[in-house]
Amino acid sequence: MLERLENIYRLGVKELFSLRHDPVLIALIVWAFTASIYTAATGMSHDLNNAAIAIVDEDNSQLSARIGDAFLPPYFHKPVQIGFDEIDQTMDTGLYTFVVVIPPRFEADVIAGNQPDLQVNIDATAMMQAGIGATYISSIISEEIVKYINDDVPVESDDTINLQIRYAFNPNVTSSWFTSVMEIINNITMLSIVLTGAALIREREHGTIEHLLVMPLTPIEIMMAKVWANGLVILVSVGLSLALVVEMMLDVPLAGSKMLFLFGTALYLFFSTALGIFLATLARSMPQFGLLFILVALPLMLLSGGETPIESQPALLQNIMQFSPSVHFVSYAQAILYRGAGLDIVWPQFAVVFGIALAFFAFAAMRFRKSISAMH
Amino acid sequence: MTTQPDFAVRLNGVSHRYGKTIAFDTVDLNIEAGHSMAFIGPDGVGKSTLLGLIAGARKIQAGTVETLGGDMRSDAHRNRVSPRIAYMPQGLGKNLYMDLTIAENLHFFGRLFGQPARERRERIDRLVKATGLAPFIDRPAGKLSGGMKQKLGLCCALIHDPDLLILDEPTTGVDPLSRRQFWQLIDNIRAERPGMTVIVATAYMDEAENFDRLVMVNAGKILASGTPASVRHDAGAKTLEDAFVNLLPEEMKRGHHALEIPPLAKDGSEPAIVAKNLTRRFGDFTAVDHVSFEISKGEIFGFLGSNGCGKTTTMKMLTGLLPASDGQAWLFGQPAETSGLSMRKRVGYMSQAFSLYTELTVRQNLDLHARLFHLPPPTIAARITELLGKFGLDHVADHSTRDLPLGVRQRLSLAVAIIHRPEMLILDEPTSGVDPVARDRFWELLIDLSRNDGVTIFISTHFMNEAARCDRISLMHAGRVLASDTPAALVTQHGAETLEQAFITCLEQAHADEDKGNSATAGETDKTDNGPVTSLESNHDGRHSLFSMRRAYAYSLRETMELIRDPVRLTFALLGTALLMLVFGFGITFDVEDLKYASLDRDQTPESRTFLEGLAGSRYFEEQAPIVSVADMERRMASGDITLALEIPSGFGRELLQERSPEIAAWIDASMPFRAETIHGYVQGIGQSYLTDLARRNLGTVPSTLPADIEIRYRYNQDFKSIFAMVPSVMALLLIFIPSVLVALGVVREKELGSITNLHVTPVNRLEFLLGKQVPYVVLAMVNFAFLVILALTVFGIPIKGNFAALVFGAFLYVITTTGFGLLISSFVSTQIAALFGTAIGTMVPSVLFSGMMQPVASLEGGAAVIGAVFPTGQFINIAVGVITKALGFSALIPEYLILSLTILVLTGASVLLLKKQDS
Repeated sequence: MLERLENIYRLGVKELFSLRHDPVLIALIVWAFTASIYTAATGMSHDLNNAAIAIVDEDNSQLSARIGDAFLPPYFHKPVQIGFDEIDQTMDTGLYTFVVVIPPRFEADVIAGNQPDLQVNIDATAMMQAGIGATYISSIISEEIVKYINDDVPVESDDTINLQIRYAFNPNVTSSWFTSVMEIINNITMLSIVLTGAALIREREHGTIEHLLVMPLTPIEIMMAKVWANGLVILVSVGLSLALVVEMMLDVPLAGSKMLFLFGTALYLFFSTALGIFLATLARSMPQFGLLFILVALPLMLLSGGETPIESQPALLQNIMQFSPSVHFVSYAQAILYRGAGLDIVWPQFAVVFGIALAFFAFAAMRFRKSISAMH
Repeated sequence: MTTQPDFAVRLNGVSHRYGKTIAFDTVDLNIEAGHSMAFIGPDGVGKSTLLGLIAGARKIQAGTVETLGGDMRSDAHRNRVSPRIAYMPQGLGKNLYMDLTIAENLHFFGRLFGQPARERRERIDRLVKATGLAPFIDRPAGKLSGGMKQKLGLCCALIHDPDLLILDEPTTGVDPLSRRQFWQLIDNIRAERPGMTVIVATAYMDEAENFDRLVMVNAGKILASGTPASVRHDAGAKTLEDAFVNLLPEEMKRGHHALEIPPLAKDGSEPAIVAKNLTRRFGDFTAVDHVSFEISKGEIFGFLGSNGCGKTTTMKMLTGLLPASDGQAWLFGQPAETSGLSMRKRVGYMSQAFSLYTELTVRQNLDLHARLFHLPPPTIAARITELLGKFGLDHVADHSTRDLPLGVRQRLSLAVAIIHRPEMLILDEPTSGVDPVARDRFWELLIDLSRNDGVTIFISTHFMNEAARCDRISLMHAGRVLASDTPAALVTQHGAETLEQAFITCLEQAHADEDKGNSATAGETDKTDNGPVTSLESNHDGRHSLFSMRRAYAYSLRETMELIRDPVRLTFALLGTALLMLVFGFGITFDVEDLKYASLDRDQTPESRTFLEGLAGSRYFEEQAPIVSVADMERRMASGDITLALEIPSGFGRELLQERSPEIAAWIDASMPFRAETIHGYVQGIGQSYLTDLARRNLGTVPSTLPADIEIRYRYNQDFKSIFAMVPSVMALLLIFIPSVLVALGVVREKELGSITNLHVTPVNRLEFLLGKQVPYVVLAMVNFAFLVILALTVFGIPIKGNFAALVFGAFLYVITTTGFGLLISSFVSTQIAALFGTAIGTMVPSVLFSGMMQPVASLEGGAAVIGAVFPTGQFINIAVGVITKALGFSALIPEYLILSLTILVLTGASVLLLKKQDS
């Protein structure tokens, strides 16, 4: 037993040596956990941000001007005045996502209590902005109108109930909190599968794997060495990325224990590296591995709940995705990092990920020898 | 500088180095036109580099190389003379395409040299008849024997009647009969075309005897040159091999002496290795066919045969790497297949290729293996020192193995193989490519192990003189043992003078038997008729057009055939796209529905329950078990069981009736900001409608809450369902990932496998090469696009509202950019792994996040905004969404078309610039 552990350790160290001599891979790993995270987190916002808005002002009154001035950055770009006949063309080309149409005599009708119509056109193909934008725009416009007719005297709410809505865990709904960590998770999935799988295929093509198999080593030891060595590289990168990029550069406060998150990451890495080995045993060449990788990694990444809400997927797909550790990983990563959950809350998901990882590892071990003899 | 016309090649002060390693140093050499010239010397001494420079395949570093009357540094001259040069690189069929048949390979090369179909057919007909390949013209190159591959390589080289034929080790690893036939063929060709210059490199010294001149090369220097007779005479040796040894500098042959092999003492114990009817099949191909032998302890037993005759497969079965299809083998009396870990400690194995880790030093490699074999740690240092001394590795102990010469590497491999003092050694072509002196030194070690330590040695080789040193040998061919005995007995049995002749006799017998039996595998027989090999008229017009459709088409056709013959890849590419479309079309959704919420109702009055019913009735929310305490709420929020928690304080109902504006608290899990903001809107709406209801019930009227009506119009997608926006976006994603990965690996694969040489030495230029490779993938991507459109119309039921032709045109431009992106990546990376990595990272983030699928490109900031503005996926999403949901036509999409076209130009231009037309 001790001998086995020593073998796994020695082979893993060798794996690290190999990686050290591959500057291209190292550069890509560094890029994936620094610049890539930073651009994604700062460049794309999940909430309403810099929305392109235009106003068709046929009233040209004080009120319409005030409405136009009420759309402020960072939520909106400065509104552009366009003519009524330009609406279709500018919305068709996607120049503006929102166009507010203020009809003639709007101010006068408001004052006269005629309840005039004001139209907000929304490009409903901009999925993430359209719904939220609608809410924002209606409340901004209502607020301006109410303020205008009350001569800017703050109005006491005469609502019969006082609905206090608060955001838990991310009080200002800052999207970089979300994007940064989710991008790290996507890159973990992508890099660990490619790194382990491609390394195995390369060893197979160069014949070094046969050399190992004629020594007193079992496939399990060879695989475990790859799992821990490649897993460790990614794990360290994740730890550094979390501390330096997410916490320091992006200023994201992390609610829970980073150690617990890294432990969860290690479990997930066990799965993803085992999956990489498994795919490498299925593919006969690197081009085949490339395609397999795309087919498997994309759903793991895009349907994990890290990009879009998982509750809205069709029930069948949701059930299938319960077998994907990426779903559980995203879920417990959010629980730990944003909501401060402890081991008492996330342990069932830890167990599920570990179980699935073990199954993949077993599949891969069964196919390992067979796939090597199938090379010729 | 004027070149005398009778020199085909002039080298002046040519030097070349790879990093710190010097391949050769200031070489001067002239080769007369019409002569045949052989470079001889072991592997890795710079022969191949020199030939590459002469052929124009490599970039010249220092000195001048003039080939066929002009400087090979000049692109114009290279373009002019490349149709007159033929270059066959080292390695069996290195520049051939293994999935293509003989005829297809030949047509490919014919097209590269611009020959029309009729001319090609005539030439190919003549070539295959003369070389005896005619009966196998429809067999894939990958399924040919080594000798036949080399003949095909020669045919491909001769298809355009070259004036200069350059062959790099054309017979290495080929059986002796095929080798003899190959040289006869070359002689015939030279007789027909006396003006043709032939330059050959070879590691078999005896082959050089028939050449007009030879050059002996070692360690980057010319040792001697002249006619074979004069070289032998000057060196005072009988054979060229002895001459080579004599000419080596003193320090290299120190300690070299004729090898003495003490006789084997038979002790009559049980045999170390026994094989009975060992058979291995791969599909319908039998690699090893009922092979039987017995090897006694301490014996040196040799397998002699060409590449691919089953030597390696037999050894793999003995080591347990491969299970036998039939028959059995025993090591020390135990079945080989089930021998397990303890047996592996008694066996040392050295595989054909150098399979140690090049990133470790000599000492680290030894140390790693010592520990993997679990030598007692205190003894490891001593054992390593002992081996370093014994194998002459002291002076390189701390060098990285990457930089060592092949001979030293092989000694290290052997040291590693015996570090655990095995009782048996299995060595697969351990001396392939090693110079004669190093080879003798290696054999001294083997003999010492066998005679002094009683180690059983099972070795394979294709060198005759090595086989002669074994105690017994088996002659192998096409998976079968032809004869097995001591070398001397084999020679006398076949009435031959040398072992080589004995082997040839055996091979001829085997062929004759096969012909009689007329078996299906009789294909290896070569019947050469004596028709002319080359055409008599020569048609080098010397013109080199800027872009030739025929050459580009040659690459397109080749790529298409390879794609079609890899059904796994093709199926993945087509069905995979469809599958992902289904999964993502339904799965990636921005609809926020089925949200889990729970409430903590401290009031429990009809009023509070009415409020909560409003939520329960909403299609957006799914009620969970009520919250019992604040701690319960916190726990359930933290675990993500609920995304919304409502708390109604006690006294809510009472205060409501008293119109005292009671408070309700709603907590939204904001870990996913987009979802949180949407929930915010839902909750507000529910609160609003509760108030309206309340007022209607209490007052009978609905109070106007606002002095104006704000009418929200969702355009293009009235129901505001995510699927209408997602399906076009998913199309855009799938049309970038799969095509770009396919293309990227396609080009790099040629680099890794070596067929990129055809770009270096034939008239094809970079643009023809790149576009030719791109076309089939563009077609494939358009087929994928058709699948996607059909799925969108049928399964997703999404009508295409706009101009369909505008969508197709956009998709066409888009897939040119995405395949172009793959080409760009593959033009500058050199390994498949880097191509896969680069393409994955380069396409996924920009296309998923920055192309308008999530957020409009206008809303992006910083680097993301820049990427979003130029990345083609964004343009195509505009086109797809525009045509499918916004009913647009051509005119509205002109800006997108223009940007995509510009991207195509930039990508293609960059790829052409980054791809190297010559090797470094």
